[in-house]
Amino acid sequence: MAAELHVELVAADRSVWSGEATLVVARTTSGDIGVMPGHQPLLGVLESGPVTIRTSDGGTVVAAVHGGFISFADNKLSLLAEIAELADEIDVKRAERALERAKSEADAASERRADVRLRAVAGH
Amino acid sequence: MGAQLRVYKRRIRSVTATKKITKAMEMIAASRIVKAQRQVAASTPYATELTRAVTAVATGSNTKHPLTTESENPVRAAVVLLTSDRGLAGGYSSNAIKAADRLTERLRSEGKEVDHYIVGRKGVAYYNFRERKVVESWTGFTDSPSYANAKAVAAPLIEAVTKETAEGGVDELHIVYTEFVSMMTQNAVDNRMLPLSLEKASEETVGKGEILPLFDFEPSAEDVLDALLPRYVESRVYNALLQAAASEHAARRRAMKSATDNAGELITSLTRLANAARQAEITQEISEIVGGSAALADANAGSDK
Repeated sequence: MAAELHVELVAADRSVWSGEATLVVARTTSGDIGVMPGHQPLLGVLESGPVTIRTSDGGTVVAAVHGGFISFADNKLSLLAEIAELADEIDVKRAERALERAKSEADAASERRADVRLRAVAGH
Repeated sequence: MGAQLRVYKRRIRSVTATKKITKAMEMIAASRIVKAQRQVAASTPYATELTRAVTAVATGSNTKHPLTTESENPVRAAVVLLTSDRGLAGGYSSNAIKAADRLTERLRSEGKEVDHYIVGRKGVAYYNFRERKVVESWTGFTDSPSYANAKAVAAPLIEAVTKETAEGGVDELHIVYTEFVSMMTQNAVDNRMLPLSLEKASEETVGKGEILPLFDFEPSAEDVLDALLPRYVESRVYNALLQAAASEHAARRRAMKSATDNAGELITSLTRLANAARQAEITQEISEIVGGSAALADANAGSDK
């Protein structure tokens, strides 16, 4: 069996996902970063964007993460975000509506949020 | 029905109505404690991970960040006070206010100016009545605070900390809230959020003998620290808000329980008094009838002669 790392994806008010994974891809402020088991200890600032977790049983978990941090040490990876949602939890229609509303109101922050949600669902 | 008895009956009715209300409030508060406790528990993983990360950056790098280094000569401190919006919670708000007053006095005796930030209508009313200056205040969410509320509270604090002291910035950040220990015990405590005392933070998160790994920072230690500290303050404020909410419900439940018990006792003693009054009334009526008939019999006996 391949090496594994333990992933904790936590939002400010709840724990979103936790489990074993073989690869985690996240977007930091200086570009996408992939973390595999045995990576050097890392602490980075996340951009809002989709996070892809390849679980050890071969599945893929995609989550929309809005800002936060990635920290990896001792084969434990924590993704901290103020807001994080799994792709399954995202209401596509609502996100589309939010995107349109944000575009018409020229609200860059909420447009970005809705866009990240939709991309997380599409990448699933 | 005699006047005395009527008065007792009326008081029993009013106390019974009050008891119903306090009983309902007690049960509502009891159910909300559980919810609030669950929220505290749900926010814990984020808070611990974040504290861990802050500790790691601050100890693992040689960066001197304004938010982690103590000012040599602090002149101004900000105090955040968390109280409740509604009353009927026993000494909950006044205990927190007293703790804030003690902290303010201590800081003033150390030669610092104190800026107050207040959450909750009770605290705002207390400060307004005494015409004390409040920099900013928030009301309306102490029952069930959300993370957005914590962000709103934290934003001006972070701004004040990052500003230069000469331009009205603060050197220290303190928070006064009611710590939820158990259903029966809640303590008003004050904590210094910033500057970070690293020894304390590392004691809380890192177990004995565990050595923090040497982190690779992305993009750089300064940038990570810059991004981390606002989140750290927000998370600490959020945790304090949640604990304060749980404490408020626990304090209200206890206050309402004793109010319900007192109402019950009052009803018992009033019922006894009402019974005695009724009995006295009956006795009086009987003696009046007996006296009346005796007088009639006497009068009849007199006319027979």
